[in-house]
Amino acid sequence: MIDSGDTAWMVMSSALVLLMTPGLALFYGGLVRRKNILSIFMQCMAAVCVVGLQWVLVGYSLAFGHDHGGLIGGFNYVALHGVGLDPNPVYAATIPHLLFMIYQMMFAVITPALIIGAFAERLKFSAFLVFAVLWATLVYDPLAHWLWGAGGFLKVYGALDFAGGAVVHISAGMGALAAALVVGRRHGYPETGTPHNLVLVALGAALLWFGWFGFNGGSALSSGKISVLAFVATQLAAMAGAIAWVCLDWVLAKKPTTLGLLSGLIAGLAAVTPAAGFVGPMAALGIGAIAGALCYLSVMFVKNRFKYDDSLDAFGIHGVAGSWGILAVGLWASLALNPKGANGLFHSHAHQLLVQFVAFLVAAAFSFTVSFILLKVVDKLMGLRVTKDHELIGLDLTQHKESAYTFLG
Amino acid sequence: MKYIIAVIQPDRLEIVADILAAEEINVMTVTEVLGRGRQKGVAEVYRSHVQAGNLLRKVKIEVAVPDERLWHAVDAIKRGAYTGSIGDGKIFVLDLQDCIRIRTGEQGETAVF
Repeated sequence: MIDSGDTAWMVMSSALVLLMTPGLALFYGGLVRRKNILSIFMQCMAAVCVVGLQWVLVGYSLAFGHDHGGLIGGFNYVALHGVGLDPNPVYAATIPHLLFMIYQMMFAVITPALIIGAFAERLKFSAFLVFAVLWATLVYDPLAHWLWGAGGFLKVYGALDFAGGAVVHISAGMGALAAALVVGRRHGYPETGTPHNLVLVALGAALLWFGWFGFNGGSALSSGKISVLAFVATQLAAMAGAIAWVCLDWVLAKKPTTLGLLSGLIAGLAAVTPAAGFVGPMAALGIGAIAGALCYLSVMFVKNRFKYDDSLDAFGIHGVAGSWGILAVGLWASLALNPKGANGLFHSHAHQLLVQFVAFLVAAAFSFTVSFILLKVVDKLMGLRVTKDHELIGLDLTQHKESAYTFLG
Repeated sequence: MKYIIAVIQPDRLEIVADILAAEEINVMTVTEVLGRGRQKGVAEVYRSHVQAGNLLRKVKIEVAVPDERLWHAVDAIKRGAYTGSIGDGKIFVLDLQDCIRIRTGEQGETAVF
């Protein structure tokens, strides 16, 4: 039975999650040098379009189609065959199937866009398009099936990922680490410029925060207790993450920074993503705060220690926060709050922590490995990086023949 | 003729322009520039990227003056730009070889103001 309240909320949530991709473009765009901002937008918006196309043609089916061996969906939903306006009782019994599909699409398109942070300012647009579509097919779709698809082996095993801690953040984060290693450092590293417009970054963060209510709240696939639980957890984790990062900034770097606050809140949001519908508000504060601290350490110390150019900290924030979040579910999950979840360690059920850890390992290892190989293959086929000259001139002019900021006229 | 280039704090521009106007010097060109003096700027931090000293926002005023008005202009700029803090800026004086008004074709000292 279609519920108009659930449907209205899910339609809204789908729109909110879509908004996150241009929000991400603003966030990343403000962090790069002015000569490359359009390339960020181009890659983000192109990802929406081409990965969206892949999703309706085959991706949705691979992720949510009829299960094969617990590993992948079949082709029964190819080109949205059988995906109509009646609900799919397996996934979301109170909203049209088409709505569930399009809601999931918004997740599928933003995940490869997150990886842009790792290879910003140096990847060929053509290589990006090929990479994004293949990555969606070979990494995102299988992982989504394992954790969210009916019959997916991690889901069957009992792993919980409410809105995509593993499916989105760990997969993108590990993909980003692989990309940073394969693509290599920007020319002139570590002298790679500074954020050209933190105001855009702030605006992007605000849109991401706003959209995240749809990302987590909508993952309840209904409008009611669980969507509210997720909504509250989302807000609290963002706040706690921001406070934690700013505190560390203030103490260790002597000054609280805007970029620190924005990064902390994103870390909190990413970390609570797998947990939002399974944990209580106080747990969300803890998850967010620890995420802010962990990501701070990762970005400020680990990256420079190992000298990889994860330009916009896609791994440092999404990878680390998503990993922590998936484990945090094993600590704080409460059946009392969400009967469809589980009890975690703090509710006397240590086993869930082990299950979550296995899910983390599988997601991280799978994504890193396949991403690494895929990047190497694409590099061999068409070359990933632009030439050094083009990198110096900037991608906007060399890849797109455009300039975002005109000085004259 | 002389050409004055003055690099000053951005928020002193209006005051300088007013004092110059009081001296009946209205013609000028202004640009936003980056600059630093002996203090080598202020440190900036963006996540793990630390820049020890950086260029700061300044404003550059350029004014052409006939010889006899030179020290009126320099004085006006000095009075307007002065705050007593580090970063007040500098004034450079150059010899101006020629000056042409594009609309009328006037040349020399008559074209300056």
